[in-house]
Amino acid sequence: MDKLAEHLWPILRQVTGFIFPNEIELHWGILVVIYPYLTGLVAGAFILASLVKVFNVKEVQPTYRLSLLTALSYLIVAPLPLLAHIGHPERAFEIFLTPNRSSAMAMFGFVYAWYLMAVLLLEVWFDYRKDVIVWAENERGPKKWLHRLIALFSTTTSEKAVSFDKRAVRIITLVGIPSAFLLHGYVGFIFGSVKANPWWSSVLMPIVFLFSAIVSGIALVLLLYMITTLGRRKEIDMPCLDKLASYLFYAMIVDFSLEALDFIHRIYESEESIGILSQLISGRLFISLIVIQVLLGMVLPLGAIVLVKILKVPAELRKLVYFLSALLVQLGIFTTRWNVVIGGQLFSKSFRGLTVYKMSLGGIEGLLSSLVLLALPLLVLYGLSKLLPPWPETKSKSNS
Amino acid sequence: MDETACQRREFLRQLLLSCFSLGGILAGKGTAGPAVSRSAEEYDPRSHSWGMGIAIDKCIGCGRCADACKKENDVPTGPFFFRTWIERYVILEGGEVVVDSPNGGLDGFKLQPQEKTVIRSFFVPKLCNQCDSPPCVQVCPVGATFKTRDGVILVDSKRCIGCRYCLQACPYGARFIDPRSRTAEKCTFCYHRIVKGLVPACVEVCPSQARIFGETKGGASPLARFMRMYKIGVLKPSLNTSPKVYYAGLDMEVR
Repeated sequence: MDKLAEHLWPILRQVTGFIFPNEIELHWGILVVIYPYLTGLVAGAFILASLVKVFNVKEVQPTYRLSLLTALSYLIVAPLPLLAHIGHPERAFEIFLTPNRSSAMAMFGFVYAWYLMAVLLLEVWFDYRKDVIVWAENERGPKKWLHRLIALFSTTTSEKAVSFDKRAVRIITLVGIPSAFLLHGYVGFIFGSVKANPWWSSVLMPIVFLFSAIVSGIALVLLLYMITTLGRRKEIDMPCLDKLASYLFYAMIVDFSLEALDFIHRIYESEESIGILSQLISGRLFISLIVIQVLLGMVLPLGAIVLVKILKVPAELRKLVYFLSALLVQLGIFTTRWNVVIGGQLFSKSFRGLTVYKMSLGGIEGLLSSLVLLALPLLVLYGLSKLLPPWPETKSKSNS
Repeated sequence: MDETACQRREFLRQLLLSCFSLGGILAGKGTAGPAVSRSAEEYDPRSHSWGMGIAIDKCIGCGRCADACKKENDVPTGPFFFRTWIERYVILEGGEVVVDSPNGGLDGFKLQPQEKTVIRSFFVPKLCNQCDSPPCVQVCPVGATFKTRDGVILVDSKRCIGCRYCLQACPYGARFIDPRSRTAEKCTFCYHRIVKGLVPACVEVCPSQARIFGETKGGASPLARFMRMYKIGVLKPSLNTSPKVYYAGLDMEVR
């Protein structure tokens, strides 16, 4: 408790105006920023994968399996920041056992479990089943047994079985798209439904979350595709990369429009909270919202992608621009989550004052553990890619 | 009439008044409305509906309520955790509003010299509004926060997972996380006292009877009388939370 007081006293001195005494401790910190960032990447990567299976976008086929594994890796890690954040992680299972049906958060467990079990794991299993059987046949030792276990000891690779797999993948993807929307839309709803907080309370919140999720997912897969392809010393499939950049561009346009609509709507309505929100945007959130989220994370990459598309620049330059744009987009979406979660707590519900957020270096809510949580999905993905190589050349020809 | 006679008369008057008020306290019939103390087992929540009235013009900002609350309910010390606190509003010429609550008003308020002319100034005690439509209860993922039959919002600290969603959902900043238990905490209307027929500690100690505790329904409660006597306002009515803390003389600047 003394440590907490030690942390809170300097904050008290930096408060401007009046905030309620209980608001000096900022309640949702960096871990709650990371959580929607991770689930957004899950939903985004999955929706990219579904472009191949449902909408038959052949160009992005090389990224299909990578997208699936990315979504799975991030989904596995997604609950960890929440578990680390809550006061009693040992009681977290109560959400499944005694859920409060009126709570948006209580539905988390069910949406998460549904998405993990009924969508991602099933789709990965059906898509890889034949390949895993083929790999196991040519392997020895523990890896053979691991692959046999992953295939759940199925051995049939007949035409009929493979066509069933394909049909199953298609159906799961069809179910998966609304599920992905649900997974991330619900995260947006958790914030959007808090009527006490005018920065969050917006019917657009779930939709803005969703489109920013698609943006971040496509950008992440684009980055991972480029890095892994170059790392394996293979040639980057330029039509695929161009298509990814195009979809990234479309998603960004929708996302940007929605955010702009939300912004204009707030200013036009000018409700009671407009004064304090204006102070927030022009002061404490100026760098992270206007400079990083909007200019660096949205306008600059949008402009860059438009320019390379119009000017038809050489492939090497296009690769560089796409890569840098996708990096900026990642930074932008992370700050979007930051601006929602942290920004929504920097002003008092009395609308009379602003507080600050201080992040420590160590500790569960610190910078170091946050970096670990952000790196962890990539480690999981590395492990999964060793077990279930998502590279196009490892896929058996007849199954493609 | 000479001065000595006048002083004597005043002394007798004070003595008589003191006897009356002492008698009232002994009989347990203070205007704040405590009935005779009884055991908690006899308490039937179905036959009560609790609320609080706060007469803003009577509050002198002494902070005794906040102090009593911390002591009665073992609220963590320091200026970051309050079940009840007092805000001072100073409205200056030109409409500028200065609000403060140093240490939740627990130590009282020091005179704050203002450069501009003060138009009006007052104190506002704050606490959980024990909403009839409580957003905190709605969002709690595990049902640890609940509404009792007598309308008080409580937290089961053995069930609370410490997710802090209720703190975000409360429009009044009435909740905090107790750093010792890592669970949500808030005003309970001193539930352990009201089941015994006592009034909450803050009401008990208020020297100016700015806080009135009682039944929101039924005819003859001190709160019902309070609500007949004054024009009443609640905090943030647009949020439709239906608070059961009623303010007499609520200023438009209070949120």
